[in-house]
Amino acid sequence: MADIKKLEDLVTQVRRDILRQVHKVNSGHPGGSLGCAEFFVALYQEIMDRKEGFDMDGLGEDLFFLSNGHISPVFYSVLARSGYFPVEELNTFRLLDSRLQGHPTTHEGLPGVRIASGSLGQGVSVALGAAEAKKLNGCGHKVYVLMGDGELQEGQNWEAIMYAAANKVDNVIVTVDLNGQQIDGSTDDVLALGSMRAKFEAFGWEVLDIEKGNHMQSVISGLEKAKTLSGKGKPVCVLMHTVMGNGVDFMMHTHAWHGKAPNDEQLATGLAQNAETLGDY
Amino acid sequence: MKTYENTGSKDTRSGFGAGLEELGKSNENVVALCADLTGSLKMDAFKANHPERFFQVGIAEANMMGLAAGMTIGGKIPFTGTFANFSTGRVYDQIRQSIAYSGKNVKICASHAGLTLGEDGATHQILEDMGLMKMLPGMTVINTCDYNQTKAATIAIAKHNGPVYLRFGRPKVANFTPADQNFEIGKAVQLQEGNDVTIVATGHLVWEALEAAKELNDQGISADVINIHTIKPLDAAAIIRSVKKTGCIVTAEEHNFLGGLGESVSRELALTHPTPQEFVATNDTFGESGTPAQLMEKYGLNAAAIASAAKKVISRK
Repeated sequence: MADIKKLEDLVTQVRRDILRQVHKVNSGHPGGSLGCAEFFVALYQEIMDRKEGFDMDGLGEDLFFLSNGHISPVFYSVLARSGYFPVEELNTFRLLDSRLQGHPTTHEGLPGVRIASGSLGQGVSVALGAAEAKKLNGCGHKVYVLMGDGELQEGQNWEAIMYAAANKVDNVIVTVDLNGQQIDGSTDDVLALGSMRAKFEAFGWEVLDIEKGNHMQSVISGLEKAKTLSGKGKPVCVLMHTVMGNGVDFMMHTHAWHGKAPNDEQLATGLAQNAETLGDY
Repeated sequence: MKTYENTGSKDTRSGFGAGLEELGKSNENVVALCADLTGSLKMDAFKANHPERFFQVGIAEANMMGLAAGMTIGGKIPFTGTFANFSTGRVYDQIRQSIAYSGKNVKICASHAGLTLGEDGATHQILEDMGLMKMLPGMTVINTCDYNQTKAATIAIAKHNGPVYLRFGRPKVANFTPADQNFEIGKAVQLQEGNDVTIVATGHLVWEALEAAKELNDQGISADVINIHTIKPLDAAAIIRSVKKTGCIVTAEEHNFLGGLGESVSRELALTHPTPQEFVATNDTFGESGTPAQLMEKYGLNAAAIASAAKKVISRK
């Protein structure tokens, strides 16, 4: 049984890490990062079966791929706080010579990252390849992906979604961050996505919803359910309903903080709403 | 003058298919992906003999490149197969981010490159692919000249850790390099020794360069002929050594002069040994429908064009 309080404390600390990273360099993407804090903490602390340390091939463990690489602040925070690299390194986010590039990359050798992402729509394909390799290697572990909802406007995703069902890649679990926002506005205004459930089901996927994507127990239960649905001949899609900017009141329910850093005063407000739990880096 | 015998014309893509099938037997980590062109790429034998390691992805090249990148995570060595056009321009960003920047061990195998694709016309005749690929940091770019060399290169690139673009073609062309050759990435092959002009050729133009050298020899001109199968990394030492002897150079390729072999050679010469150069290449143009021979004639990519360029560059010494 998960220690929810402990996980929620970690989420609070991750929110602080996100705000402090983007504030320091006056750039980065806090909105989507904050909305996915519960997901990342649940995934790395409760859901995935991970080995100690990091090796690229990841045999004998679950793998994770971040397709919407711009939410790197939450990825870096949770990787650091899950032991992949020192939390102090979060201080180098987006700085010259840092391993913590604006968007995640393997190029600088940061432990925990297995593919570069940032140019959208590529993560599902990569994850399917890794999932196929797991099957060839007789490795029964799973491959997880997180992608944005706006990202589903990229056509490559639908090539991948079609491939996965046709080839019964049932060891992959794709979570879509349904926050309804993208840079230019709401997804409905920019290019309406329609029913994601109907689309994934029509393509032959098993689909489940996490209605409360910013509620720790709901996220854990949803991902546990997704696990039980996998391995049965169909790829699994989790539609995770989140609030962009969650946990910082003035950043919530708007696309305004997609790619904008808080100023000093806004940072102070955001941090005051998320008291230090595990210690700042 | 050395003589080279055509042991029987064959298509370079069949060399790829034969090499891939050998790899299937010798290396269990080799996997193959194809975007609905299995027959055209001559991947049928690999598919038949190693079905569990053959992935038909459908007409979805972007997904194919991502799948290939992902398969390297777990130690597989993916070989993707489709036409050169769909192996490069169509999927440039997927290759750039998921393969090149991510440093993935993917072998991008591209058939039907250049004008010799023939009647299908310009939509399918890519003449920009080597330029696109050589601009990507870390990408090795190879353009083989005949069946035997393509087979040897296919086998060799499996041993190289890193992304590779392997370019070959559709038509049957002279097969003249040794069946048992040791293919060394980045190592030029000296085909003729000569003192008056250097001819550096790649791909289908290598045989044409040998034919041109014969014609020139009949006119009392001795050509140094080099087969550059690897465009990147370029064997600059071999080229410089040759031009120090001849004092002028012709580059020959089935590609736009912009972004091709000729430009890479020019850079090396400019840096260390400025030398008059003529370019046998397409002149910033798209192709069109026609037979391969008609197209190579019209666009100036045959032995006659190479010989003419050689005489011109000698006059500029």
